[in-house]
Amino acid sequence: MDDVAADVIAIIAKRVPAEKRNVSMTDRLEDIGIDSFGAVEMIFDLEEKFDVQISYNSNDARLDLETVGDVIGAIKNHLAGRL
Amino acid sequence: MIHRVVVTGWGVVSSIGHTAAAYWTNLSRGVSGIADATIIPTDQLAQKVVAEVKDFDPHKYFDDRQATTLDRVSQFSVVAAREAIGHANISFGEGLSERTATIIGTGVGGQKTQDESYKRLYQERAKRLHPLTIPKLMVNAPASQVSMHCGLRGPCFAVASACASATHAIGLAFHLVRSGGATCAITGGSDACITFGTMKGWEAMRVMAPDTCRPFSRDRKGMVIGEGAAVIVLESLEHARQRSATILGEIVGFGMSSDASDLLSPDEGGMVRALEGALADGRLSPSEIQYVNAHGTGTAANDETETKAIKRTFGQHAGKLAISSNKSMIGHALGAAGALELVATLMAIQEATVPPTINYLGPDPMCDLDYVPNEARPLPIEAALSNSFAFGGLNAVLAVRRP
Repeated sequence: MDDVAADVIAIIAKRVPAEKRNVSMTDRLEDIGIDSFGAVEMIFDLEEKFDVQISYNSNDARLDLETVGDVIGAIKNHLAGRL
Repeated sequence: MIHRVVVTGWGVVSSIGHTAAAYWTNLSRGVSGIADATIIPTDQLAQKVVAEVKDFDPHKYFDDRQATTLDRVSQFSVVAAREAIGHANISFGEGLSERTATIIGTGVGGQKTQDESYKRLYQERAKRLHPLTIPKLMVNAPASQVSMHCGLRGPCFAVASACASATHAIGLAFHLVRSGGATCAITGGSDACITFGTMKGWEAMRVMAPDTCRPFSRDRKGMVIGEGAAVIVLESLEHARQRSATILGEIVGFGMSSDASDLLSPDEGGMVRALEGALADGRLSPSEIQYVNAHGTGTAANDETETKAIKRTFGQHAGKLAISSNKSMIGHALGAAGALELVATLMAIQEATVPPTINYLGPDPMCDLDYVPNEARPLPIEAALSNSFAFGGLNAVLAVRRP
């Protein structure tokens, strides 16, 4: 696992109940207990960690980022776009 | 002794008018007060739209000395209180001043003063702040300034319960007059927190709409921050009759509850307990209500949960209710919202017209009641409710009747 993936997983793991902290790439955020405000806090942590801006409105029907792997991919896209 | 409590005056400072008359004209025509902010820089804001009180010139209402002692939030409360007292045509001599309560809700008090002061300290490295920094930003300033400017010497305090502040304030004032603890009350709410700091705080919650507020509509994108004030004059029915006052409406019930669950997510059960509490306090059966002035913030969660709570409270009758959200026009005026919306409810009764929920694009399957979309509707109203539900799980509902 690369550094970005490890950092993203650590941030996500912080937001989930102790018994679900063994987070894998294919886990769906909803299934591991990231609710709408948990997602807001997770995105804040990601923005602070990677110095990126992620557009997200909690009123939209569902999070575009469905799985842990989606979040890692999105962060990598943001970082690539910045270079 | 239990007194009946009537409304004999109102005053409004809003994003759609600086007087009560202008407010109603625009509410009933479905005029939006939502636009790009002009009182703060927007270049660093993700959401630039607000419902601000446009072209508000404090010098129209206060001399230089007075204006410098008042944060914008207190300027609003005093201007609205003066209008309400003038509208009620009441004077506070001969002992009445001591028997008149002043109870004003506000979410956060003098945010403009706080924001500007901290900017001076942290950014501009100023060595000192203005001597009136604390008395301008304190959360009771809007209430204290009303008592001072209007000469009211009875009980005076602020109520802070976020978005329910004004409804809690009016509810407490109603119960105080009903119980005989005060003969009159000047009550309502004021907020003026469109500052760079607070807007960044709201932005961080990811609940703000980028374009406008669309309560109960499909494709709604969240709330829009507003500001303003509304103040009403309450008095016992006997007192109003003695002085031959024009009676504008009667407050009959107040219900409140707390969710004691989530800090942010609305709770149907808590809402229902406040709705049922207001009906019971007013000795009203659900079928006696024709209109509900909804909290209707335009967030996905509030509007769906409020719809469920109304259905559970009213049963079959829910489908017959006219329901509308003023926030579609005036945004969410936070600690002033409940007062602006109660005045709108009383005006709707007086004018037999329900103000619309504008910006409505079409039904959301989870919001399937009659929200009076986009155009005002003529409707004789005998009794109505006004809802406020706050962050922190605080719920407050007022019940009013035609005089």
